[in-house]
Amino acid sequence: MADVNRPLSPHLQVYRPQITSILSVIHRGTGVVLGIGTLLLAWWLIAAASGPEAYAQFNWFISGWIGRLVLLGFTYSLFYHLCNGIRHLFWDIGAGFELASVSATGWVVVIFSLGLTGLAWIAGYYMRGAL
Amino acid sequence: MSMQSPLGRVRGLGSAKNGTHHWWHQRLTALALIPLTLWFAISIVAMTGASHSAMLDWMNSPIVAGLMVLLLAAGFYHLKLGMQVVIEDYVHVEWQKITALIIVQFGCWALGLASIMAVVWVWTGG
Repeated sequence: MADVNRPLSPHLQVYRPQITSILSVIHRGTGVVLGIGTLLLAWWLIAAASGPEAYAQFNWFISGWIGRLVLLGFTYSLFYHLCNGIRHLFWDIGAGFELASVSATGWVVVIFSLGLTGLAWIAGYYMRGAL
Repeated sequence: MSMQSPLGRVRGLGSAKNGTHHWWHQRLTALALIPLTLWFAISIVAMTGASHSAMLDWMNSPIVAGLMVLLLAAGFYHLKLGMQVVIEDYVHVEWQKITALIIVQFGCWALGLASIMAVVWVWTGG
């Protein structure tokens, strides 16, 4: 395969960073983070099936500061990948390809992903009675 | 042989019998995951700090268990397709690429099935 040493695909070192490329990299990054996050999801579900003790153990981890930090990263990744994924689906039907709209929808994704993350966490703390 | 480009080597071999299948399934699962993710996010927030018994009560509903199974199936399939593309793009040493693809494939199946079985287990009352 690699007998000709040509760059084959996205090579980030020589590409000038811009909103489009940065968001594209983050999309992949959040995808991978969500993949790792499925371990947490699986743990939660299997703990629930295993019984109160296993579930309490999961709750202990997720309520701690490390757990919360991990969950915050997972929440942001989820909302970012969701918002930017919708942006990708619009491109797939051929809409929003003009440079101006590509960067405008990019900023919409940034704002929405941050906003939804904030909203989810405020609602979460409210549910715990902390607000 | 070594002077041939990748395109030159595959020319004349016929179709890979694959086409847009991978791309299309990634989009289909993405579409399905939009409402499922929103439902999941809202549910998780609503379940913040819930006790074990509250969690079991919640998952006892066929709608909740059903949506959860759909989320897991579409999510893990989407993950497998996406990770495959990332690996194929960035891992260029053949044995490392194949190894990574196998790990992702096995991991998605194992974790996905374990999660789905956990949901079904809870739903049927353990």
